[in-house]
Amino acid sequence: MTTTNESTGTVPVSARRLTRQRRVAAWKRGWAQFRTHRSGMVGLGILVFFVLVALLAPILASSQGLDVTTANGPVLGAPSGHYLLGTDENGRSVLTLLIWGSRISLFVGLLATLISMVIGTLLGLVSGYFGGWIGRITFRLTEWFLVIPFLPLAIVLASVLGRSLFNIVLVIGVTSWPGTALLIRSQTLSIKERAYVERAEAIGAGRWHQIGKHVLPNVMPMVFANTTLTVAIAILSETTLSFLGLGDPTRTSWGSMLDSAFEIGSITTGSWWYIVPPGVCVVLVVLAFTLIGQALEEVLNPRLRARS
Amino acid sequence: MSLVADPGLVSESEDVQTRTRGYASYLGLKVLGAIGSLMFMLVVNFFLFRVLPGDPARTLGRGRLTTDAQKAAFNKAYGLNQPLPEQFWTFLKNTAHGDLGISIQYRVPVSHLIWERLWPTVLLVGTSTILATVIGVYLGIRGAWKRGGRFDKISTSLSLTLYSMPEWWLGLMLIAGLGVGFWFVPGIFPTGGLHSPDVNPSSLHGILDTTWHLVLPVTTLTLAYLADYSLIMRSSLLDELGEDYLLTARAKGLRDVQVRNRHAVRNAMLPTTTIIALNIGFVVSGAITVETVFSIPGLGLLSIDALQAPDFWVLQGFFLVASAGVILANLVANLIYGWLDPRVRT
Amino acid sequence: MTDPSLLEIRDLHVTYATGEGALPAVRGVDLTVDRGQIVGVAGESGCGKSTLASTILRLQPVNATVTGEVRFNGRDILTMKWGELRAVRWAGASIVFQGALHSLNPVHRIGAQIAEALHVHSSGLGETTVTGRIDELLGQVGLDPERARAYPHQLSGGQKQRVMIAMALACDPELVVADEPTTALDVMVQAQVLSVLSDLVRDRGVGMLMISHDLSVLADLCDRITVMYAGRVVEEGPAAKVFADPLHPYAGALSAAFPRVGDPAARFAPAGLPGDPPDPRHLAGGCSFAPRCPRAADVCLPAEPELVTYAEGRAAACVRIGEPLSPAERSRDHHA
Repeated sequence: MTTTNESTGTVPVSARRLTRQRRVAAWKRGWAQFRTHRSGMVGLGILVFFVLVALLAPILASSQGLDVTTANGPVLGAPSGHYLLGTDENGRSVLTLLIWGSRISLFVGLLATLISMVIGTLLGLVSGYFGGWIGRITFRLTEWFLVIPFLPLAIVLASVLGRSLFNIVLVIGVTSWPGTALLIRSQTLSIKERAYVERAEAIGAGRWHQIGKHVLPNVMPMVFANTTLTVAIAILSETTLSFLGLGDPTRTSWGSMLDSAFEIGSITTGSWWYIVPPGVCVVLVVLAFTLIGQALEEVLNPRLRARS
Repeated sequence: MSLVADPGLVSESEDVQTRTRGYASYLGLKVLGAIGSLMFMLVVNFFLFRVLPGDPARTLGRGRLTTDAQKAAFNKAYGLNQPLPEQFWTFLKNTAHGDLGISIQYRVPVSHLIWERLWPTVLLVGTSTILATVIGVYLGIRGAWKRGGRFDKISTSLSLTLYSMPEWWLGLMLIAGLGVGFWFVPGIFPTGGLHSPDVNPSSLHGILDTTWHLVLPVTTLTLAYLADYSLIMRSSLLDELGEDYLLTARAKGLRDVQVRNRHAVRNAMLPTTTIIALNIGFVVSGAITVETVFSIPGLGLLSIDALQAPDFWVLQGFFLVASAGVILANLVANLIYGWLDPRVRT
Repeated sequence: MTDPSLLEIRDLHVTYATGEGALPAVRGVDLTVDRGQIVGVAGESGCGKSTLASTILRLQPVNATVTGEVRFNGRDILTMKWGELRAVRWAGASIVFQGALHSLNPVHRIGAQIAEALHVHSSGLGETTVTGRIDELLGQVGLDPERARAYPHQLSGGQKQRVMIAMALACDPELVVADEPTTALDVMVQAQVLSVLSDLVRDRGVGMLMISHDLSVLADLCDRITVMYAGRVVEEGPAAKVFADPLHPYAGALSAAFPRVGDPAARFAPAGLPGDPPDPRHLAGGCSFAPRCPRAADVCLPAEPELVTYAEGRAAACVRIGEPLSPAERSRDHHA
């Protein structure tokens, strides 16, 4: 397809170029709209802050600080000039633990979400796009996995496979993909109804070609918004699992910090610096993802936009 | 795709068939679905403990069986030498009879243990869910109806913050604040447990004592759930506000409150029930963590304790009960939805 | 005439406040409906006719600013107290909404929805009275009284539309506003619905304001027609005259867009007007129809034409009425 204009002599544009231009323009528009959401921007700011902390952890606090054998601070010491957030029961700086803990908390959350989104999107597309028994079976499968209770499964897996971060990632991935799959499925179903899918079929476009070129690009925005909300839940889940001692005891995460804090009775000894900051960090990060996710949903769904 | 864009355009001479299957057949379908899910759950439950890496006898009797003779006896008792399909059949039969194995830690049948520990959990979770639903739905409705107003802004911010908080951390904060006390706030509530040591639980004093012990845990779970429910209700109601039938209702001369309650809220309850049902799975999780933090001797704490041993029969039984609970809750939610929305019954 | 008209709209302006600026949907509309009269409002989507309809009962959205008067039996609806407004709504004037597909509550039975209207306006009605009235209303629109137990999704589009009409008549209103009552219905059903409407008007002497983009439908049914474009009235007059011999070019285009059955020449006429309705936020300042008008000339550009009254009770807002056609226009006209 070319567009030429004799009088102005514009350059012929290929179909692919045009699509890409349109997509870029759509992304720019979306970003401009997102920027108008104050809550979404606040969430983004918080998220950027924590991602930077996680990435710059080696610079901000020496990893030596995590070593239990070389720790020489007071046991459960209150915050002081030297230890800004006090120390834990091993004499390590709580601030150091907090900074390094952000890595695990964010990483596990993101990895688990990735797994969940890939499985969920794939199965959602399949069960939405394909009718017949393939579609039905995948839908049935999705419904079955939906009822698997998350925490009991985590506990059982920990008992059988032992405690590790891999387990945590696995459990979160396995139990959160059905939610995504159902959402993608309903999106796919509504896109399928649209005329251009029919037209593509009429000209003989193959099924996977269709899914790739037509359905997927239209589903992606919803996937994107859903991902941020899923990460929020994944991080909460990881924190809970680590708190219950189901994670790797050698790795510090915010959840494991809270586990230690609880086990040694920080509440009764009044060691608030140990038990409050990790929780606050979790709340901030999860809140950030939730705000971003909500703002994204409003940007992508015009109906929602009208009501804010 | 039909040639007629809107089925409503079909000529009136063919009257629309009212093929009302009715609620009874909808119910039947959903019950069958629940049974199917239960079957799937039993399969998962079985294979979790036997197909995963490790010799079953070592896994299931870890740490307790050392001699070959012991292992052989264990294998025989639980049929672990038999081929897998036969084992599964034995497992099904036993489960159907309520035989969920023997607890390694407590040396009592698992079913007895679960029955004993069920009630504190039901009390805790049931009370919290009811309170959270009532309060959360009210907050969501009020926030959505006067969207952007001061109540809405405060309520939504609070809900978002509570939603982002691990419920057990909230519990810890409540214990620190109101159980132990800090600054000028007195610690008046018990910091854990369900009963005071020298009180008879079944006496009137005992009941009041139990209630007092449950105040903080129930508050924790209620706050955690209601944040979620109020956000969902608000979102559902906002979705309904753009609908045409509300304009019709107002045109008929109905008062604002009537339009809201009879039409908007009534319809907004539909997606709300669905999503609350999907969240039921997390209700179980919430019970586990809150029981741990408050030392409430319910099913949740039982599972955490069983993890230490590890007491596999208890864990298997627990997983079964937890999954069955989720399936049951989903079924109930589906039935309520079917009663509320006439469109799914046809 | 000392008796006030049933409905008298004077200099109505409705402006929406949107995120992208003020959107004037209705820009100074005058309209009158008398008892027993059917007045049609014609125009494309976006011309402001639906806004007009909802404003009559003060149902405009929250972000709309309204000035002017909407007098119902002499009382201004826009400044009425809340209690009086609620009494007028439905019992004085009712609306049959566009797209009855979503105008009925999907989870209530249609009988209950009609009954709701009855209960709002009369207290202490017995159940038999209500049921009897519902049966009567359904019968009047040609529906089986058994349908009262049905839910909206169990009815076809035409049946739902007839339920809306029955519901609109439940409280014996004096004025019925029908907003696109036959859009999305096939031709046979459309004919049935229109005949129901016209019978009701003749039998009960209600006044009707009928809104549609289909000028031929209005020409059949209405006594007078008002044509709207970009929020203003561009032509007004007796229905037959406006349809057969339109003064304003836009009315001419609307009229030509719908082939007349039995007119062989119409089969060769290309339907449709090029271009789109203007964006109300960015109006040039001259005649808002000029960009698409086959008769546009320089004289149209400086100012928006005023509504001028002509003979035979007709009015139009075009500065080129009465001027002879140029040769180019004549040939264009011939082929249009």
